[in-house]
Amino acid sequence: MSEFIAMGGYGFYVWGAYVVTAVVIVAELVALRARRRAAESLAAGTARTEATR
Amino acid sequence: MNFYQFSSPATFYSFAGRIAPWFAAAAAVLAIVGLWIGFAVAPTDFQQGEAYRIIFIHVAAAWMSMFIYLVMAFWGMLALAFNTRLSAMMAQALAPTGALMTFIALWTGALWGRPTWGTYWAWDARMTSELILLFLYFGIMALRSAIDDPRRADRACALLTIVGAVNIPIIYFSVQWWNTLHQGASVSLSAAPKMASIMLLGMLVMTFAAWFYTIAVALWRVRAIILERERGSGWISGMQGIAA
Repeated sequence: MSEFIAMGGYGFYVWGAYVVTAVVIVAELVALRARRRAAESLAAGTARTEATR
Repeated sequence: MNFYQFSSPATFYSFAGRIAPWFAAAAAVLAIVGLWIGFAVAPTDFQQGEAYRIIFIHVAAAWMSMFIYLVMAFWGMLALAFNTRLSAMMAQALAPTGALMTFIALWTGALWGRPTWGTYWAWDARMTSELILLFLYFGIMALRSAIDDPRRADRACALLTIVGAVNIPIIYFSVQWWNTLHQGASVSLSAAPKMASIMLLGMLVMTFAAWFYTIAVALWRVRAIILERERGSGWISGMQGIAA
């Protein structure tokens, strides 16, 4: 296992590439969910305003 | 089947919601298979040792960074030619993921360049033009947020995207046109691949994973964009879970 993590001495480069890639993908998915929720409440707010008009 | 019905945001909204999870699932499965091939099956490279394993994300992300831009330019052209809202929204939905792929390509390239070339960065034609691609994505997103009227923003962004597309062949052919530190293409449509077939397979599987991921994320983002931009229209106000 530690041999796998060491990557023949290139661990820093290989895992540096893979970990940052994973982090930015997760960040995109989290940001997307937040945007989706914001858009839903925005749309619901607009719908309410129109209903009371 | 009438495909034109999908150009209506109202129809496409629910269609995108139905198909996006399938693309996401396909992306997850392909990524697992690709990583398994990349780390468990593919052997150590005789020249680069284990450092070459960065290839499985680097090439996939670099290809996607260019491909997404071309798809954006395609939607931009449709938006300009036919003044269709949904095409512009698709272009809008792709930009952040295109920037993400470009960043991953540059980042993994830097971490691959250090052990193999001895430097994280060089101002060579391939790397510089890819960096310009990142700035194009940022510029398109910034331009959109700088214009209040969404329809005007659609046209301005479409125009900038189409003009910026000139950078894509420059990136692609840079390794042929100039002497670059970056190596030439290992895989092309016109010649046999210059790499071991199991490494090539891992790379292709990861590329398809990136492709399906991009489709899933773009579909989810275009749904959010439709909600943001079409709110107040009857079909959204009447939607379950939105009407309070």
